[in-house]
This record gives sequence, C-alpha cells and structure tokens, in this order.
Amino acid sequence: MLKSAYEWIDRRLDITPMWRDLADHEVPEHVNPAHHFSAFIYCFGGLTFFIVVIQILSGMFLTMYYVPDIQNAYKSVDYLQNEIAFGQIVRGMHHWGASVAIVMLFLHTLRVFFTGSYKHPREFNWVVGMLLFFTILGLGFTGYLLPWDNKAYFATKVGIEIAASVPFVGDAIATFLQGGEVVGAQTLARFFALHVFFLPGALLALLGAHFFLIRRQGISGPL
Amino acid sequence: MSEKQKQPKKPGISRRRFLTYTIASTGGFLASGMLYPMIRFAIDPLLQKGSDTEFVDVGPVNEFGTEPKSVSFNIKRKDGWYEPKGGEPATAWVTKNGDQILALSPVCKHLGCTVKWEGGGKQDHYYCPCHGGLYTKDGTNVPGTPPNEPLDEYESRVEGGRLLLGPVKKGGGA
Repeated sequence: MLKSAYEWIDRRLDITPMWRDLADHEVPEHVNPAHHFSAFIYCFGGLTFFIVVIQILSGMFLTMYYVPDIQNAYKSVDYLQNEIAFGQIVRGMHHWGASVAIVMLFLHTLRVFFTGSYKHPREFNWVVGMLLFFTILGLGFTGYLLPWDNKAYFATKVGIEIAASVPFVGDAIATFLQGGEVVGAQTLARFFALHVFFLPGALLALLGAHFFLIRRQGISGPL
Repeated sequence: MSEKQKQPKKPGISRRRFLTYTIASTGGFLASGMLYPMIRFAIDPLLQKGSDTEFVDVGPVNEFGTEPKSVSFNIKRKDGWYEPKGGEPATAWVTKNGDQILALSPVCKHLGCTVKWEGGGKQDHYYCPCHGGLYTKDGTNVPGTPPNEPLDEYESRVEGGRLLLGPVKKGGGA
C-alpha cells in the first residue's frame, strides 16, 4: 500500500534521486564512532540540529497558548504550564532545550576549531557557522523575556544596557531592541516577533547554507 | 555460479530487512516519545469538560410580559487564564405567559449570529441579520429561512419574585 503510493508518485515526479542524494553518502572512517570511539566529537553538529528541531516543534506548540502581551504573557505561561496536560513537559523541552542547544553548538564549534576544519577551503562555512552562533544566541536572548517574570524583565534590562555600551551605534541598538521608552509592552511585542519570525527565518536560511556547503565540500580529513 | 543461483532462498527475513525494521521501530519509538507530549498538549481543549453554569439573578419577574424583552446579565466563566471581573456578558429574550417563563438564547441556530426581536423591520419575529433567519415569538424557526432548529432556551426559575437564569438547553420551540 505505502509502497505502491510511493511508486505512483515516483513514476510521475522521479523523487528517488532527490532523497538518494541526501541519504546515500559515505561516512568517512575517521568520523564514525563505530570505528574510533573518539569520533563521537563529530556528532555535536548533528546533535545541535536535533535540538534545534525540538526547539522549533516545542516552540510551535507553545504558541498555541502563549500570548505576547504584558497583561497576559505571564498568566498564559502559568496557565499552559500548570493547567494543560503535559504543559510542564512541553515548556520544559523548550526551556532546557534552549540551554542544551547552546552547549551543543559550543561543543561543535570547539570540535571544528581544534580539528582545524575551518581552514581552506571551508572558511566560508565557518563564517556561516558564526552567524548561526549569533542567531541562536539572539534566539536565547529574545526568548528569555517572553515569560515576562522578574528574571526575564531584569535580564532584558541588563542585556539592553550591555547592547547600549557598543561604541557609536549602541544607543541605536538599545532603542531598536527596547522599542519604547521603557522595557515594556513594545519590548515584549518585538522580542516575540524576533523570536518566532525573524530569527527562526534567519536560522533556517543559514542552516540550509551550512548543510549545502558541507555536502559540497565534504567533511574535513583526519588529523 | 549457475549452481549458486539454484539454491533455495533461506527462510525468514533477510538481515537487511531485520535491521531496517529494528531501526525504524526504535526511531519511531523515540519520535513518538517526543511528539506525544506535544500533541497531547495541543489537543487538550478536546478533552476538557465544560464548566458548570450557575443560576444568575436577572431581575424581578414582574418586569416581563407577553412581549419579548431582552435582559443582559453576566455569566461567571474562566476562559483559559482570562476571567473577566463580574463575568462574561450574556443576553436572553424573556417572555412571560401567565406563569410560564420562556428565556430564549439569542444565538441563531443557523450559524451562530445574534438574533433580535423585530430586528430588520420583521414584525413579530426574531430576525438574524447574517442570513435572514426568522423565528416566531416562541423561538420556533420559520420554515423556508436558513435555521432548521428552534432557538435554545435558558433554564429558568423564579425565587422570591426574582427571575433566575441557568444553563442553556435545547429549545423545544412551541
């Protein structure tokens, strides 16, 4: 049944070469933990992506209940966490996943650095990776405000003051982030927009570029 | 070579197929462990039972007569995390015929708009402005107009000369 459905589509659209191209490529021995256990350090990039998928999924589900408004944000988070089935689990996935994503990302960066994988001809992919790093830090920063509790509020105040300390453009960045004259209604609205639309859009585009480049250039050779 | 081809296939499943099934079911188990909480979280409203409605005092019963009169009152209701002070506003069209109290819900049985007594210039009928549904004074839907059920009724009760309205039940029309 499934097979004949697949064949029906494949006869018309010839989709087999597409996924074959994605799925069928050899994993070199020096990055395969089955050959050398120490090769597990090559898993951190994939793990980062796995956590990002969890973040996107759990985040999508959280927006079914969350309201980005200073009157309702805290109440809606409180409601979804304590009165909806598995609310604590779904919010927990997003909360802890955010930290795990940054840890994995950092370990992946360390691996690339200490194996020298950023060198020619992969310099550009290192740059894309750095942009991904800052995008994910941005997602962490903007997401932190959304529950609108005391910790979120003062963390954002501090973050905005740090941004304001950038030479020349600091004040402009701080005003852009804050939106209004205080950390308040407008800050929450724009942090939500950045957190669920702009930064994830940038994240997906950069991930696409990152994966395209690694498939084009291949994994760097053994040390 | 030709001899090898003649050998009968070994019974049972091949190693490749066994590994495919094992990996697919392990992956499926892990993925469902991840997706189950999120899906259960999303469908929670399907599994919540509605809140009970208490009877609400809407005024002295002798205010009402044979001509439908609308009363506004507030129903205590918690909508997620949102619970307005004093409750959600609601309306009923009340008629009194002798001792019989009829409190009709203004929600059209066609597609849920709000009906009005003698709205849109329709004499002696409840009129729905969305698609022109009509109901007679007792809430019966007029054949040939969109609604195909009579208006719902509030459960009502008179206590010490005051009219109390309760939960909405299916209307009987006449």
